[in-house]
Amino acid sequence: MKPAPFSHLAPTSVPEAVKMLGEHAPGARVLAGGQSLVPMMNFRLARPTVLVDLNRVADLAYIRDDGDHLAIGAMTRERTIENSDLVRQACPLLHDATLNIAHLPIRTRGTIGGSIANADPAAEYPATMLALDATLVAQSVRGERRIAAAEFFDGVLSTTLEPDEILTEIVVPKPPAGSGAAFVEISRRLGDFALAGVAAQITFDGNTVTDVRLAACGVGAGPVRLTNAEAAIRDNGLTEDALARAASAASAEVDPDGDVHATAAYRRKLAGVMTRRALVKVAERAGVSL
Amino acid sequence: MDDGREPRTDSGGYIGQSVPRREDKNLLLGKGEFVADIQLPGMVHAAFARSSLPHAAVGTVNMDTARELDGVRFAASGADVCAELPPINGMQVVTPQGWRDRVDTDILIPDQPLVPDDKLRYVGEAYALVVADSRYIAEDALELIEADLDPLPPLADAESALQDGAALVHEHLGRNVAAFLHTKKGDGAAALETAPHRLARRFVHHRYAAMPMECRGVVADYDTRTDTLTVWSSTQVVHWVRREISTALGMPEERVRCIAPDVGGGFGGKGHVYPEDILVAWLARKLGHPVKWVEDRHEHILNAAHSRDNIYDVEIGFDDTGRILGVTSSFLVDSGAFTPVGAGIAGNSIAHMLGPYDIANYETDCKVVLTNRTPNAPYRGAGRPEVGFAMERAVDLVANYLDLDPAEVRFRNMIPPEDLPYDVGLTYRDGVPMVYDSGDYPKALTRALDELGGLEDIRARQKQALAEGRYLGLGMGCYVEGTGVGPFEGATVKIDPTGKIMVATGACPQGQGHETIFAQFAADMWQVPIEDVFVTVADTGQVSQGYGTIASRSTVTASGAIKVATDKVHEKVFALAANMLEAGEADLELRDSGVGVKGVPDLHVSYRDIARAGKPGWDSQRPDGMDAGFESTSYYEPPTVTWAYAANAALIWVDPETGRLEIEKYVEVHDAGVLVNPGLADGQVKGGLVQGLGGGLLEELAYDEHGQLLTGSLMDYLLPSASDVPPIEVVHFETPSPLNAFGVKGLGEGGAIAPPVVIANAVCDALRPFKAELNSTPVRWGDVAAFFEAGET
Amino acid sequence: MTEIRDVSVTVNGEVRTGRAEPRMLLADFLRDELRLTGTHVGCEHGVCGACTVIIDGEAARSCLMFAIQADGAKINTIEGLATDGEMHALQKLFSEHRALQCGFCTPGVLMTAMDLVHSRDSLTADEIRNGMSAALCRCTGYEGIVNAVTKYANQIHGEGPADG
Repeated sequence: MKPAPFSHLAPTSVPEAVKMLGEHAPGARVLAGGQSLVPMMNFRLARPTVLVDLNRVADLAYIRDDGDHLAIGAMTRERTIENSDLVRQACPLLHDATLNIAHLPIRTRGTIGGSIANADPAAEYPATMLALDATLVAQSVRGERRIAAAEFFDGVLSTTLEPDEILTEIVVPKPPAGSGAAFVEISRRLGDFALAGVAAQITFDGNTVTDVRLAACGVGAGPVRLTNAEAAIRDNGLTEDALARAASAASAEVDPDGDVHATAAYRRKLAGVMTRRALVKVAERAGVSL
Repeated sequence: MDDGREPRTDSGGYIGQSVPRREDKNLLLGKGEFVADIQLPGMVHAAFARSSLPHAAVGTVNMDTARELDGVRFAASGADVCAELPPINGMQVVTPQGWRDRVDTDILIPDQPLVPDDKLRYVGEAYALVVADSRYIAEDALELIEADLDPLPPLADAESALQDGAALVHEHLGRNVAAFLHTKKGDGAAALETAPHRLARRFVHHRYAAMPMECRGVVADYDTRTDTLTVWSSTQVVHWVRREISTALGMPEERVRCIAPDVGGGFGGKGHVYPEDILVAWLARKLGHPVKWVEDRHEHILNAAHSRDNIYDVEIGFDDTGRILGVTSSFLVDSGAFTPVGAGIAGNSIAHMLGPYDIANYETDCKVVLTNRTPNAPYRGAGRPEVGFAMERAVDLVANYLDLDPAEVRFRNMIPPEDLPYDVGLTYRDGVPMVYDSGDYPKALTRALDELGGLEDIRARQKQALAEGRYLGLGMGCYVEGTGVGPFEGATVKIDPTGKIMVATGACPQGQGHETIFAQFAADMWQVPIEDVFVTVADTGQVSQGYGTIASRSTVTASGAIKVATDKVHEKVFALAANMLEAGEADLELRDSGVGVKGVPDLHVSYRDIARAGKPGWDSQRPDGMDAGFESTSYYEPPTVTWAYAANAALIWVDPETGRLEIEKYVEVHDAGVLVNPGLADGQVKGGLVQGLGGGLLEELAYDEHGQLLTGSLMDYLLPSASDVPPIEVVHFETPSPLNAFGVKGLGEGGAIAPPVVIANAVCDALRPFKAELNSTPVRWGDVAAFFEAGET
Repeated sequence: MTEIRDVSVTVNGEVRTGRAEPRMLLADFLRDELRLTGTHVGCEHGVCGACTVIIDGEAARSCLMFAIQADGAKINTIEGLATDGEMHALQKLFSEHRALQCGFCTPGVLMTAMDLVHSRDSLTADEIRNGMSAALCRCTGYEGIVNAVTKYANQIHGEGPADG
């Protein structure tokens, strides 16, 4: 399958990129890592007339320690994030999530910005952004817009980015000391899209849970905040009983579709199981006994 | 590899050694030549417009705009193609009279139009083609074709196609059944009637496919001066391709040369002639330019043959000891829109149902059903995985019913080794009554269980696991497999003027290592270092008649042909050597790349000397009456098939929360007679085994009720990756076959036969507290998890 | 700008130039423009790994990049593994361990393995098997591949030859 013809623009700065996209939207698409877009183009399911290729915008690849948060350039490769000691220490959930993405050669090219802007319902990063309460920074000729993760994802492969906006930075608040995190997913083969996955970020004060954020992937039109499951933990702490309730709540509050890989009922069940397993892992890592 | 082996009288030099492959170097260096790698001056590229409807009437197909695109060289609709080229004769494989005499058949195979002008019958079928300067431009041109395709009611599956009033896939056949088959031994119905117990079940084996890493491709080049077509095709059957091109284009077969260069996997999926094989050849001759067509993966998934897709209704009658008294089955094969290998798969299934068991009464009938799915043709196992699933599940169900160990029920029914050769009472596809030639079925199963710790230990572990709330299951699958089928294979063997041994055969490898294996045979036959044997495969220009590599046949049949040809050349070699050495032929032996007098080291002539001495013309040293040259093209027509067999067993853990399966260990005890190259044989069995695991757990060609394929890319058609492979142990028994000079049997397919049923049996075994039954494939985690929700019964 | 552009890449240490329109895949550029047909195309949607090459030191799928994106890049393909006709250690191990049958996936598998081993200081058995899951093989069942890569990893990471 060969792509349909397109014009290729290769800006070298963000202002240039933004201007080009502004001029050619809506027929233009942004090319980041290409690991999702290029297959679609090869199938001719995506047919942009213009590609604004961000791969020469060196300024968009960085991981910066800004004190209480990490600022990550949208073109930072998943592989770079995987190998980053800073990320592993400051934001273990993001590191964990990255390990689950596809395979190493995909992570070589795939970018955090591309994955988030693509918003595949089964992708790891969108759910991780919800669990971390991240902010997505978008630029256009009209200026900068900062969008809370909770307001960013709005359906299958759909975000609230305008057609002329480029996602340029991901702002990740650093979890406080005494946090525990885990990303757990189940897929049919290693590296496949998750049938269900859960990102868990929990703050402890000793053995007491002071904050819990749970977000799921693969079980809805986009990433799903598991607010009822969170409530079960927030109210009762990490006990076996609370875990069971959280799992039930998670199953009940998701509304997945079925496909050849898993029925809706099975995904719903897996949402519960992954919730429980993520919480168990968090407890293990935080040294908290259930 | 010593179990079951009996001492061989001829000690081979290379046969039996794991000689490293001569194929490896080029492939490892990236110097392999696959069809897509071929680049010829002036080459142009073809692409096909393909139906997105499963069933449609073709109205006008307007190619005008497509033709006008810059870079397009040629375009043709189905009407244009049909005006010049006939369809492929439906019966690519002819069945022998002996089979048709003994199996009840009613066969109406539709011919396959190369590009239809009237009707499209499956999603992916071509309705037009373009040729352009690049594949990119050709695909652009496809989008400019205006085709009037009028949807017809789709026959989305076999049962729908059989309903009264269902639309017809091929009107002129008057029915949606390409073949009815029926055969029996004893009286199955009576045995069921009188049996103390009987069970009836439906078993469904889903649709999946060979899915080689290399998609199909054809390059054709027509030479005007010699009026010759050279066609490179990623195929397993170069001589069939040549035949069909010759027929379609009205050229002598000798003026069509078909070569399969390096082929990136076939597994049966490239084992027949496709329309593109003929069309690309036609285009090359028509356009006067070399033409290349390489399909992309999406095209491949839609067009390269699918397989399996059977529904079995089985009844089994048995006594209190689990002894099977009779079995009947009625099954459907969803053959899709065409059936290029006819009733071959079904013919295999009906012959293989009884497996290694002594069952006196059996009756089976089947319908090969035409639907609007992609055509169905053999894929590794070719009917044996399907029938094996039904039979081996039935055996476990018999055991469950009687509360006996399924292993015990198998032992009680297995043909003991002392009863071999064993007359099965059925007829094989080659028309010959089936007689299992050699082997020890109970020993194989015992060994398989031993490799898992032994039956007693397994059951103890299982009980312990259950007490801990964990679920461990033992699954088994045993089969017997007819291999090395005829009708024949061809080989040309010659002594080159340099004294080297040149071997060419009609075998068409796709990774099996044939060049190495046949060199091993020839080196032993000629008593030369293996480096002095040069092997050519898969080239109709080198062997006048050949059959190809399908059905686990080439080790048996190609070696047989090489032997026939070698024996003929040896006759002349000995006669001439006797003349040159002034000795009697009885005093001569092959040694040191030539012939010498026994016990007299100095009296020796090399093959090079012999070649020179035997040349035509003046000063030849040939005895009077001997023709010049040391070359023979010969054919081996095997008397019938040899019978490989295996016992598979696996231990599988089931996760109660997710239904996910973890295979602790999978064992296959496999016997394919004498192993020519044990290392390569091991690779074949293991490769097949992993494919079988894929078929049982991951791979699926899923159609919806509208006849649309839901799994059209490798993102949805899941192939096993390295992390999907459990710990595997393959044990090789080598019970020689009495049916050929080398004692060899075929083994390409074996590994793929049992895994689906082994997995299903293991899960059902683990979930006995839930009385779980899994009678269809693939085995889905979600279905397994559901048993736990339903609760223990 | 859909016009054809010059693309210059350093492939296996040698500067090579060719022409490509924007939509030409890097895999096709390597194969058809530069005549380096060792890199194979298996799916064109980034799943099978047959097209894997090393770009600027890291393995990536050449079917998911456009040739013009690679302008100026350093690329290593299978043709560059052997030196002066002498097979690379990993290639020899592949032959020894029967890690190939049809050979179609082999270039992608080799380049995947090279990146996997050389980007880490050590690899566990699971990490090797999981890492090699990035490249599909339909023929071998992976045993030979995993064994060969394990032996190679031991050589590179400085451990003694491990079993199996």
